Amino acid sequence: MPHTHETGAPARPPVDALLSYPQFLWKALGVATDGGLMFYAWMTALTAVFLVGVNAYTWQLVHGQGVTAMTDHVSWGMYIGNFTYAVGLAAGAVMMVIPAYLYKDRETHDVVIVGEILAIAAIVVAIGFVSVDLGRPDKLWHMTPWIGRMNWPSSMLTWDVVVLTVYLLINLHVVGYLLYMRFLGRSPNPKWYLPFVFVSIFWAVSIHSVTAFLYSGLGGRPFWNTAILAPRFIATAFVAGPAFIVIALQVVRRLTSFHVGDGAIRTLISILRVTMVLNLFLVGSELFTEFYTGGNHTASAQYLYFGLHGKNALVPWIWSALTMNVLATILLHVSSAHTHLWRIDIACALALLGIWIEKGIGLIVPGFVPSTLHEIVEYLPNQIEWKISLGVWALGLIVFTLGLKLAVAVFTNEMRVEPSKRNS
Amino acid sequence: MPEISRRTVLKGAGAMLGAAAFARAVAPASAWVANLSVDEFLQRHYKELSRDEMAAVLARLEAETEEKYGVRVQIQDVRPQPGVQFGYALNLSICIGCRKCAEACQIENNHDRRTNNSYIRVLEMQKGSLDLERGTAIYEHAVPQPDKFYMPVQCHQCDNAPCVKVCPVDATWKESDGIVVVDYNWCIGCRYCEAACPYHARRFNWTAPEIRGEEINPDQSYLSNRVRPQGVMEKCTFCLHRIRKGRLPACLEVCPTGARVFGNLLDPDSEIRWVLANKRVFVLKEELGTRPRFFYFFDK
Repeated sequence: MPHTHETGAPARPPVDALLSYPQFLWKALGVATDGGLMFYAWMTALTAVFLVGVNAYTWQLVHGQGVTAMTDHVSWGMYIGNFTYAVGLAAGAVMMVIPAYLYKDRETHDVVIVGEILAIAAIVVAIGFVSVDLGRPDKLWHMTPWIGRMNWPSSMLTWDVVVLTVYLLINLHVVGYLLYMRFLGRSPNPKWYLPFVFVSIFWAVSIHSVTAFLYSGLGGRPFWNTAILAPRFIATAFVAGPAFIVIALQVVRRLTSFHVGDGAIRTLISILRVTMVLNLFLVGSELFTEFYTGGNHTASAQYLYFGLHGKNALVPWIWSALTMNVLATILLHVSSAHTHLWRIDIACALALLGIWIEKGIGLIVPGFVPSTLHEIVEYLPNQIEWKISLGVWALGLIVFTLGLKLAVAVFTNEMRVEPSKRNS
Repeated sequence: MPEISRRTVLKGAGAMLGAAAFARAVAPASAWVANLSVDEFLQRHYKELSRDEMAAVLARLEAETEEKYGVRVQIQDVRPQPGVQFGYALNLSICIGCRKCAEACQIENNHDRRTNNSYIRVLEMQKGSLDLERGTAIYEHAVPQPDKFYMPVQCHQCDNAPCVKVCPVDATWKESDGIVVVDYNWCIGCRYCEAACPYHARRFNWTAPEIRGEEINPDQSYLSNRVRPQGVMEKCTFCLHRIRKGRLPACLEVCPTGARVFGNLLDPDSEIRWVLANKRVFVLKEELGTRPRFFYFFDK
């Protein structure tokens, strides 16, 4: 085990933390704003995209959501689709935590912080997307427990807000604690982070199940009203999370001095090989039930896959998604991480995109088409929605990049507490 | 004095540039911020307001309407009467699909004129089938067509309302007389209720409603037909500002065929009770267990 509790170390006076924690924050700020040319170029690009999104959002705020392509028929679209996907990404990050902590996979354990930082960034994205979807963001305080009027336990949305916030706090605590201890040159005390890690495993499943229940609990929307939705969400989360981390780990390995062993990547690929197939199986089960049964309940699936009464805006999207997911599954199974890592990378990219469609636009929009009175009004995101969505993702990537940069600086001992400050 | 490195200067310049770009990006929001009032922001939930607080809120809303639309209106807080449970029934045998009800709803409830909004959607259905899939809300020919029948749909004021169940902030609830209402000043605009409703009964204010001052119905109430703010949900309340004062819903008054029957379900001598006891009555999507207060029936 890499983390063993230091024994016999003298108890440190409290004044130490008072000085060293501000120092930690100050140095973290330095690390976050300092880097090579490529770092500056990347961050500038992300900031630019983020600001374009902010500008589009202020436009939407002033003129109302009438500036989007949403209507009373399709009243959720791009934002809620991305929200669903981002929650999955956050939950999927736990696929590193499980091998690292439950199965004591050493090499995964060394880089598990990457997964935990992804969880933080993805929750930021998820909360960002719900926020830009709100008609009255100024009234958000109405949802605060005790201060506002939270309709708990009746509304699944209140459950989602609670579990997402707690998941964010758990991961912030674990990442913050581990980095700070490392920064001080001390071994982390398992008492202060292991219980949180184990809770986070259970919690990851809960955030995505609750998000699925948001939709599957609605009797008036047959396309969502299926018990298989939560398992499907979990399966896709366990594809998207590991796929993202496989690519992220290679970027970290190439661009920094942080040691990323092949073992961690191989573990994630093994997980992907199972979860990809599981996801395809669940999609197949859903499609069989929809199309074999037939009747009005099939209308949304019919619209999504083949078009309905001449309306077929989503058909190219869903077949692209299906093709990408099948291709990714095949590529993953015929490629070896030793010889053809690039093929694995392509598979991961295809899976990320395929799931993004399947679980975003491909899940949310058909829930509304046809409408509850069986009218067919189509929806595709417009320019404002694309700008705002890219802006939210850019914010997530900024958080992820800075988190990684801080972690690498601490783990490679580039960022350490200054000894003079530790003398009381 | 410590030497300032070139890198620090560049970082400082970059930070300033970023801050300037951010300020530029959010500049249009000043129009939105200017419209916010502290009183409105801090206003408590409808059920938590005292009599005096409610009076202040109503005065503020009246002043706002006058400022925005140049018209004096009276906004009341009309409460439910004890011993009353409202129910509504519609005779499909004689409805001719003229959509006068939808039009009356628009005028009575101060709907957005640009989108031609109304709480009522009339479906033209194929005779011989109750399948909504075979109906359409968009028809522009003379009515009634011989092979069709017509089915107006509006809020069913369900006793087991999915919209109320899902609202995260308790901004929509069922009143003691059975009407499902929305506190427009408490709603956060998440539209979960709109996704949950199986009857397409809810509407969102995608923009601030467009309505000319002279078209505004000045007889308004807090929970029903006052002009709604941008970004919140709204819905049919059976015109609670009328029915709670002993009048009939606007859609019923205007109906040329007398297809609509409205009344107190607790009154054994009411027409609605007679219809429910003697006609072939059904509710829409009964299998969903929503228990509507809106009934359809056939004469023959």
